Amino acid sequence: MLKVDETFATQVGASPQRSWWPLAGTIIFILCAAAFPAFAKAIGDPSLIGLAVRITIYAIAAASLNLILGYGGMISFGHAAYFGIGGYVVGILYHHFVDGSPFLGFIPGTNEFLITIPAAIVVSGLFAFVLGALSLRTSGVPFIMITLAFAQMLFFLFISLKAYGGDDGLIVRRRNVLFDLDMRDDTTFYFLTVAIAVIYFVGFARLVRSPFGMVLGGIRQSERRMAAIGVSTYRYKLTAFVIAGMGAGLAGALMANYSKFVSPDMLHWTKSGDLMIMIIIGGTGTLLGPVFGAAVLIGLETFLTSWTEHWKFILGPILIVIVLFSSGGLTSLFSGWSRKRE
Amino acid sequence: MTLALEQILNGFQFGIMLFLMAAGLTLIFGIMNVINLAHGSLYMIGAYGAALVAAQTGSFLLAVPAGLVAAALAGLIIEFLVIRKLYDRDHLQQVLATFGLILFINEGTTMLFGRTPLFVGMPSFLSGSVEIIPGIPYPTYRIAIMVVGLLVALGLYLLVNKTRIGALVRAGSTHREMVRALGVDIRLLYTVVFGLGALLAGLAGLMAGPLLAVQVGMGEQILILTFVVVVIGGLGSIRGAFYGALIVGLTDTLLRAFLPGLLKTVMNASEADALGAGLSSMGIYLVMALVLLIRPQGLFHAQG
Repeated sequence: MLKVDETFATQVGASPQRSWWPLAGTIIFILCAAAFPAFAKAIGDPSLIGLAVRITIYAIAAASLNLILGYGGMISFGHAAYFGIGGYVVGILYHHFVDGSPFLGFIPGTNEFLITIPAAIVVSGLFAFVLGALSLRTSGVPFIMITLAFAQMLFFLFISLKAYGGDDGLIVRRRNVLFDLDMRDDTTFYFLTVAIAVIYFVGFARLVRSPFGMVLGGIRQSERRMAAIGVSTYRYKLTAFVIAGMGAGLAGALMANYSKFVSPDMLHWTKSGDLMIMIIIGGTGTLLGPVFGAAVLIGLETFLTSWTEHWKFILGPILIVIVLFSSGGLTSLFSGWSRKRE
Repeated sequence: MTLALEQILNGFQFGIMLFLMAAGLTLIFGIMNVINLAHGSLYMIGAYGAALVAAQTGSFLLAVPAGLVAAALAGLIIEFLVIRKLYDRDHLQQVLATFGLILFINEGTTMLFGRTPLFVGMPSFLSGSVEIIPGIPYPTYRIAIMVVGLLVALGLYLLVNKTRIGALVRAGSTHREMVRALGVDIRLLYTVVFGLGALLAGLAGLMAGPLLAVQVGMGEQILILTFVVVVIGGLGSIRGAFYGALIVGLTDTLLRAFLPGLLKTVMNASEADALGAGLSSMGIYLVMALVLLIRPQGLFHAQG
């Protein structure tokens, strides 16, 4: 019944004494990230910048799912829904901005980055609140099935919204504007995305080490025990679910800006599966696991699709092997290193 | 009136198909505590097996066993290679490994047979229609599906409740360790149950062939509906799967048939079509939400 959890134990054990690893790691990372566009141009492959943007965005989305899946033990199979909603908020606001007509008759459209992004976060959070409140009435396998089913419901909803492109999706002709930045330039957008991701991950690290994060970890290990010591677990789980939905909404809004396109595909159930794959590749319940996972999966996709269009034929068995023969994901390979880092 | 009756029967028939899927899924979960996403792939394999043999030989009577054998064989291989190693793992690992199976099987099928859907002709002796009530003709094929499905449901009931294997299945789902301790080869039992689930999925797939396009992705479409069925009925309960399947089948079919028409009375035609299609495809999920509000464990929880 009682399963001692190593990651959680190390987290708890390591949090009082601060090591210099996080700071040094962050500085090294920021230097590398800052130098990356110049590096990509120097080796004559500027398309790498776009790849890095996509990896960063998916890292945010996967990390947001990791909050409930890895830290909270809630296996949501519908996380792409919030990713898609975030994207559609940007798309729909832009559509009305161009059109001049207000959304629902009273909300004017906009292309201001500082409005669309918070709007995307809030709307995804609201959806996550309603669907989470329902889904969290169950747990275990029914929870997996229900989150998948609700995501599918939203997928059908967006397909049927002919006013917003239906099946074909919406084109966002220009990226949102932010001050005087040249958003059309991929390098600028890269720096913006990375900056947002850094803020997100710093906030994420603080959240999982906060009392809230501790309670969440406790719920994953034994919900009954947490309930017994007086924690109203449903509320904590729902809060985490909403925060996770908001993170995915942020990622979706960034993706809509980056790719200048939103479609029901963003909500497709295989997208939810992809996010889960990123987490398991990187290692569940680790801070930077989703970053590794996103880099590996997007990298693998880019590499394998240049070789064969049937790359999923190879991905499937790789995934099965990872699941069957490793339990900690990629980060467990560097476990000594990451232990020290935490 | 005629239309309403026809649509109710269609919904009933769709529900029966869903039951065949849901029964296998819930049986496998109930006894092995495994969530198998690749259950939809077995459905697709059954459909492809039957469609290919029917195209080669032109004989429906050969296509039926071909679809069943293909699905059961695929099920046994999957169980032996992957699922067997997942029994003691947590649900996340089961989801991801079986998701990997879906990717592999779907992409493999695309590579072998392409993306164009296969169309399967109706067997000639079932292609007509019969008058169920004087003046109301109904396709024989759909009636045949209902008869087969109901017979299977009856067979399952008898198997689970009246036979030795059924007793082991029931015991295994509640007191697994005890069954093992009594010297029953639980591994063999698992394989048998998984094979049975695969057989049912294959049966559903091959019967769906002449009604729907046989194509990659058909498995996941029905898989997600099956999840809704199982959640409504209560996971692990075959009786729940039966009633859940009928609720989902009827709700979905009736909404699709009548909602656009109802909306047309209050708005213009093209908008009503789009909105009606959207709302009716969301209908079953709303039913599921309602069930969750009233009985989070499903309507027939813990009654085996």
